[in-house]
Amino acid sequence: MTQIRENAFWMSGNEALALGAVEAGVKVASGYPGTPSTEIMENLSTYEGVYTEWAPNEKVGLEVAIGASFAGARALATMKHVGVNVAADPLFTASYTGVCGGLVLVSADDPEMHSSQNEQDNRNYAFAAKLPMLEPSDPSDAKEFLKIAYALSEELDTPVMLRITTRVSHVKGVVYKGETVSGNPACGITKVPEKMVMLPALARGRRVYVEERMKKCRELAETADFNVVEPGDTKRGFITSGVAYLYVKEAFPEATVLKLGMCWPLPEKKIREFAASVDELYVVEELDPFLETHIKAMGIDCHGKDLIPNQGELNTAIVRESIEGKKKADLFAPVPLPMRPPNMCAGCPHRGIFFNLSKLGVFVSGDIGCYTLAFLPPLSAMDSCVCMGASISIAHGMAKALGADGHNKVVSVIGDSTFMHTGVNSLMNTVYNNSGATTIILDNSITAMTGQQQNPASGRSIKGEHAHGIDIEGLCRAIGVKHVFVVNPHDVPETKKVLKEAIALEEPSVVISKAPCVLLPEMKERKPVSYFTNQENCVGCMACIRLGCPAISWTAFGEGEAEAKGFKAKQKGVSKIDEILCNDCGQCASLCKFNAITRKEEK
Amino acid sequence: METTGNILFSGVGGQGILLASEITALGLLGAGFDVKKSEVHGMAQRGGSVTAQLRYGKKVYSPLIEPGCADIQVAFEMMEAVRYLPYLHKGSKVVVNTQRILPPAVATGKAVYPEGLVEQLTERGIEVVPVDAFDIALSVGEVRTANVVLVGAMAAFMPVDGAIFEEAIRTRVPERFLEVNLKAYRAGRDQSK
Repeated sequence: MTQIRENAFWMSGNEALALGAVEAGVKVASGYPGTPSTEIMENLSTYEGVYTEWAPNEKVGLEVAIGASFAGARALATMKHVGVNVAADPLFTASYTGVCGGLVLVSADDPEMHSSQNEQDNRNYAFAAKLPMLEPSDPSDAKEFLKIAYALSEELDTPVMLRITTRVSHVKGVVYKGETVSGNPACGITKVPEKMVMLPALARGRRVYVEERMKKCRELAETADFNVVEPGDTKRGFITSGVAYLYVKEAFPEATVLKLGMCWPLPEKKIREFAASVDELYVVEELDPFLETHIKAMGIDCHGKDLIPNQGELNTAIVRESIEGKKKADLFAPVPLPMRPPNMCAGCPHRGIFFNLSKLGVFVSGDIGCYTLAFLPPLSAMDSCVCMGASISIAHGMAKALGADGHNKVVSVIGDSTFMHTGVNSLMNTVYNNSGATTIILDNSITAMTGQQQNPASGRSIKGEHAHGIDIEGLCRAIGVKHVFVVNPHDVPETKKVLKEAIALEEPSVVISKAPCVLLPEMKERKPVSYFTNQENCVGCMACIRLGCPAISWTAFGEGEAEAKGFKAKQKGVSKIDEILCNDCGQCASLCKFNAITRKEEK
Repeated sequence: METTGNILFSGVGGQGILLASEITALGLLGAGFDVKKSEVHGMAQRGGSVTAQLRYGKKVYSPLIEPGCADIQVAFEMMEAVRYLPYLHKGSKVVVNTQRILPPAVATGKAVYPEGLVEQLTERGIEVVPVDAFDIALSVGEVRTANVVLVGAMAAFMPVDGAIFEEAIRTRVPERFLEVNLKAYRAGRDQSK
């Protein structure tokens, strides 16, 4: 966040939500990192007067927020869209309990799957859990809507969902600082069993309340400022919400628009009036025909997904061209170029594990994290990836299905943070129901993919203060794993030996790959000594090249070049280490059998 | 300015694209424009092809540049200057860092780094300003200022006084790196003169 004028700041949607939480007087916030939601909690943790934490998973995070709300505090839970699946259990019942202090769940959806395994549309959760949902269009909206969400939550005795998407979270714009809400009630213990103890007899009572509340919310939606008609040309009228509103405004600047700041429940009267005021009605929304379906259920005819794609992100051109039916003719066609996919960093400890797995002929059941990049060539060492924590249970399921044929054939790979998230439950199952599948835990002491967040095993809190770090090895033994190995993945041949031994066992086994992420501040601050290639010793075997390290590149020889340079005539080329990129892990040197890679004494 | 200006930043994760786009945004905000900027975080950052999209004008709604509408592209790497060709139009200006970063397929000998990249742009009527940002950054004494060199080279094409970007650098860059970044910015600006 950077100040640009008095009270005006340049900030992202996620920074704006953190500021909104502070201005709303949020006292307790919990969440699990996940793109594009992560920076909300990271930024909030830098403010005084609000307790923030990383929870091991989203279910725990939401439950913490529910607890804080029960104690009377305004509470926040943040997560990415798929995190809401994990938190869905408490969410659906919190809808019944309602709140004491205001409770908001921020769901950060990722249309286009920039950094996700699916692009589910979490507006459907608001419908299914019978909860109000607000949907801001930009950073400025995001801050204001979060404050509105707290007022609604307390007025209607309900958790409120606030849905953002990548193009709100990671978009920067101008946001004005506002008043901080004062006079939030003090916290305390109030026993209200008919509201807080959701056993069947009491839940039935609250079930009735849920309907009354949503009725009240629908009425409120008819007159609320956040559902606004912007007058204009009525030949085409647009109903839209979230980031799609911005594309409509650019594609059809003259047209009248009904901007729905609350996408559930819908203001039926307002929608009917708007529909009657225009010649043709268009519903423009990203992903599912959510508004469209409910508007059509009102008996209102409209265009929507008959024209506009239901997959991926929208943009101004897509909205304009879908509705006008013609494409811009004069665009330059793309030129074929070598792809540039993301890659594990130079010196990444994961590489040593996956290089070995690529040679062991096993099925690698993978998980969510930087290490998912091991799927890409040249490692190509991941065979499945479904959701957080699934690697271990999927490997167990495969082992059970394959029976004796599957022995030695299936391993799972999971990061430290993902293991803490939900992987540990799966490992309990592997032990309890006894399969020989080997679990490899990649402990790099941080939640790396989302940008270095602490977790229960990293030994630090969200603020970077000392915290108890869970001993992963001890935890595995306590669960009942008899065979736990700890390896240094940078020693590639030694790691291979251990992996082979673990995979050969009939009983459950765990291999912990222990080496810090190279992006950790302490790793960045150290002065890495680089490795370099003694090219005269290089025989062009490509053992180091197959690691796929960004610091190592291959130079192919032209006709007769090998001999001219003093190599064997058959040699196809040499490898070279970029000493600026090298991060001093030594995996390549541990693989080189020709003394062609040496560590420099100092850089 | 009636219409909205569109600047596309492209390069490889880790090259300092976010800071460069941030300085540009703060400069334009200082000049009184409304600005929106869209970034990519998460998985793509790990050495992959990345972009930042910046739009400025009287009032900006969409944070995304329409295909065919980028007026300026600041490309941090040769190949990344050509990858986003569908965003450009005849007359677009491209400031390109002449550095080459080998993608995995090239580094492992499975593909060849393409030649004639600048020509791919110029033959379509795109104006190209090649800048050896790495070398210039070295010459001002800090190799990590290559991104600011490129901002300097870009600034020459902007309809605003170049001093506003110097002001943005002062706002955004820590004191101890300020002088070297200002030097880098000015050296970059000289490239486009």
